[in-house]
Amino acid sequence: MSALLAPGTVVRVRDDWPETRGPCHIRTPHYLRGARGVVEKHLGAFANPEELAFARPAKVLNLYHVRFVPAAIWPDAGGDALVVELFESWLEAAA
Amino acid sequence: MSTLLETPSDRLLAAVRQLLTAKGVMTHDEIAERIRITDAASPAQGARMVARAWTDPAYRARMLADGAKAAEEMDIPMRGMPPLGVLEDTAEQHNLVVCTLCSCYPRAVLGYPPFWFKSAAYRARAVRDPRGLLLEFGTVLPAEVKLRVVDSTADYRWMVLPLRPAGTEGWSAAQLAAIVREGDMIGTTFPRLP
Repeated sequence: MSALLAPGTVVRVRDDWPETRGPCHIRTPHYLRGARGVVEKHLGAFANPEELAFARPAKVLNLYHVRFVPAAIWPDAGGDALVVELFESWLEAAA
Repeated sequence: MSTLLETPSDRLLAAVRQLLTAKGVMTHDEIAERIRITDAASPAQGARMVARAWTDPAYRARMLADGAKAAEEMDIPMRGMPPLGVLEDTAEQHNLVVCTLCSCYPRAVLGYPPFWFKSAAYRARAVRDPRGLLLEFGTVLPAEVKLRVVDSTADYRWMVLPLRPAGTEGWSAAQLAAIVREGDMIGTTFPRLP
């Protein structure tokens, strides 16, 4: 596991599309790929479901609640905040 | 079971159960217990937690800190269940739960999900057009109340702790639990007087 991200840290969801490369199991919704969000809370650490799904050895990863601005994702978005559980493996430092 | 009514999925289920026990993954008793717990779970369980949170501030604090522990405190079986997070509604902010990837749902406290929770329409609209979606449930969110949508994508399960409706002052926890519905804990509706 990497160092814990503090609440308020600005992150970017990796703009990665493993589903275009072959069979995979993904817990990061496609609508968030490349989106900027803010870490709201550390939720704990869990074995990586992307590996567990294939009965492969799974690293334990930090899981965060990350908050996004819906209007930055869809121009016609109606909500005020969108909060999603994301594993650290999908998060990178925001430029 | 009558062989006349047996379907391919019945045979598949029987084969999986046989394999689980033959390979020592689970015993027949453990499978039976899990079926019993799953069938017994219903929104009435979550409603008891909500009603107690409305009447017991210390319990409310414990429930917001750790939903699974708070459920166990109410004799709701949580063994083997994912962690349970509780989303607190306030006068300023309302929460709505969706699982856009599949159908993650806090089954231990709410039972089987309603059919629409898994629909592509609900999943797509909850994140993009949540106010329009709420209107279709007859829920008018005041313009000044912020709407926070929680997409349940990983190891947690989420339930909403809604606001206690006006006009319920002096009600017992049992009376309060009786008015809390499934949608009130998903966030599609608000508890209201019968």
